Amino acid sequence: MTLDTLLQRADIWRGDRLTTGIKAVPSGFAELDALLPGGGWPQGALTEIMMPRQGIGALRLLMPTLAQLSQGDRWICWVAPPHIPYAPALANAGIDLSRILLVHPRGQQDGLWAVEQSLRSGNCAAVLAWPTLDDKAILRRLQLAAESGDALGVLFRPRHFVQRPSAAALRIELAAEIDGSLSVSILKRRGGWAVGPVHLDTYLQTDGALALHSGAATATGNFQSRWQ
Amino acid sequence: MLLCNEAAQGAGICSGMPAAAARALAHHLIIQTRDHKAEQTALHSLAAWAYQFSSQVSLHPPYALLLEVRGSQTLFGGRAALLKKLRTGLAELGYKVQLAGAPTPLAALSLARCQHEQMVEEQAELAAALAPLPISVLDWEQTLLERMDGMGVRQLGDILRLPRDGLARRLGQQTLLYLDRMLGRQPDPQDLYRPPPQFKHRLQLPSEVEHTQALLFALQRLVLELCGWLRGLGAGIQTFYIALSHREGTHTSLCIGMHKQSRDAETFTTLLRERLERLELQGPVIAVELRAEDIARLDAQSLELFDKTDGEGGVDLLDRLRARLGDQAVQGISAVAEHRPEYAWCHSEPGHSRKDINGRQRPLWLLPVPRQLETRSGLPQFQGELKLRPGRERIESGWWDEQDVARDYFVAINPAGARYWIYRELDGERRWYLHGIFE
Repeated sequence: MTLDTLLQRADIWRGDRLTTGIKAVPSGFAELDALLPGGGWPQGALTEIMMPRQGIGALRLLMPTLAQLSQGDRWICWVAPPHIPYAPALANAGIDLSRILLVHPRGQQDGLWAVEQSLRSGNCAAVLAWPTLDDKAILRRLQLAAESGDALGVLFRPRHFVQRPSAAALRIELAAEIDGSLSVSILKRRGGWAVGPVHLDTYLQTDGALALHSGAATATGNFQSRWQ
Repeated sequence: MLLCNEAAQGAGICSGMPAAAARALAHHLIIQTRDHKAEQTALHSLAAWAYQFSSQVSLHPPYALLLEVRGSQTLFGGRAALLKKLRTGLAELGYKVQLAGAPTPLAALSLARCQHEQMVEEQAELAAALAPLPISVLDWEQTLLERMDGMGVRQLGDILRLPRDGLARRLGQQTLLYLDRMLGRQPDPQDLYRPPPQFKHRLQLPSEVEHTQALLFALQRLVLELCGWLRGLGAGIQTFYIALSHREGTHTSLCIGMHKQSRDAETFTTLLRERLERLELQGPVIAVELRAEDIARLDAQSLELFDKTDGEGGVDLLDRLRARLGDQAVQGISAVAEHRPEYAWCHSEPGHSRKDINGRQRPLWLLPVPRQLETRSGLPQFQGELKLRPGRERIESGWWDEQDVARDYFVAINPAGARYWIYRELDGERRWYLHGIFE
């Protein structure tokens, strides 16, 4: 019996089929998309990105997706970013700046309110936030808000939250590799087990200009032009 | 006593009773003096609101409004739908109403006054419909009504049966004209109400209010009046103003802005709620005022297009965020053609960005203020020794506005693999600074 005939059998159950109903936006990195249910970041859901420190490329990992989402008519909302999202770099990454919304709330309470409103509104394609609190109930609310607003909700969080329970549909952990690549481990995903890590070259540096790793660029051809 | 609530009725108080007698029945009775001026204002507010249902509204003080609906009812999906809208809207405004309809203004007013909610369709049916009404529904002088009572005339039917010449002789020519108008035999032109070009409604609160939730409740009524007025004019607004009057004579003013024209009560209320929840009241509030000036045409068709693209409850996310967090807290960004990194970006109105492409490698995070780095044996440090990547970018410019910079920028990596954008001053002490993070 070949593998093909085996897969034709009705009583054979394929794990990856579980994920066919999931709406996802390609990450732009083929190796990563292969591991993500639906082939990308979960749309209408919360994603938690755990990172040991700033500067290892957590935002860069999202750039191809944000560039694609910025071509639509919904906002890409940044709630209380820890530094200034630098417009020249975002423009270089192919993001339409006119779709970016920066929200600077005064305190944590307002910040969470803004995240929830943005996720729920249906006006945002993506909502990025850097919450430092540890509250299961709030994560659950944000996950529900992302579902009802069909938004890609991304929370960047310090790595020590890895052990805490979370309602996010996707949880990944980042680490910087010695060779400059980014290691991505999937801690939780819908319809699958923890897996990884994969190693991604989020950029190849050539004389100051940016270029995407070839593997990622071929996965989603429409990103390619913007990165050349 | 003119009117009393259920508690007062329970104590045996009823309309027509002298105040002293009522007080004797209930010690804690609260008596509000009738305010004719406030009644007039309320009737005008109501006319402004009702203008959305008909362009022919007339005032019949002290407490009647007349709407010509034959022309406009099809716009609202028929008579029944129009009446339902009226009834719901008036209840939301907190009014108790008697609705009645007839082919002539005076017949409609008489039917409404007798508290029978009746709709008479045809002129031919008028006499029969009016006949059983008591003569007290006529807004005639009391002496005239008493004289008729003396003649044994109790119902409208009794008068209508009287011979015309006798009626004119005994009660005057005016009464004949009145009855002819009521039955549609004579035209009855009305003084039409014209809505004011500005909206400014004030509501005296029945008691001092110290909680924003209660304020919102009061303001909601003004918002409904505002939206009715706007619909009547086929207009929308982008800004409205609230003034809260405090007991001490001071005021708190609020301005609520939206980035699109609107006349949606839910939108206004939501934005108001966000703003009020953030507000610390300076003191108890005794009156609220809602004001709107710069109206712009907004037809129903373009509104429907809006509603489809808007998010939850039609309230725009931007407006909602700004109502609660303040205008400055919600921004867009632009990339600016400028060599100095700190000036190569700026905030801009969301949705309107400059997109000057620089093309050079830039970090996704910029620090608002460059952070000076320590050095060890002349090498910059940030959580360990920073290794400079090959390539250096010299940025020198800005001498003309005394914000000149002269720096060499590098990409640097620390032992933990984090990537930074750092520079070294070209002049002076040649210090090292951290300016960005390659997140």
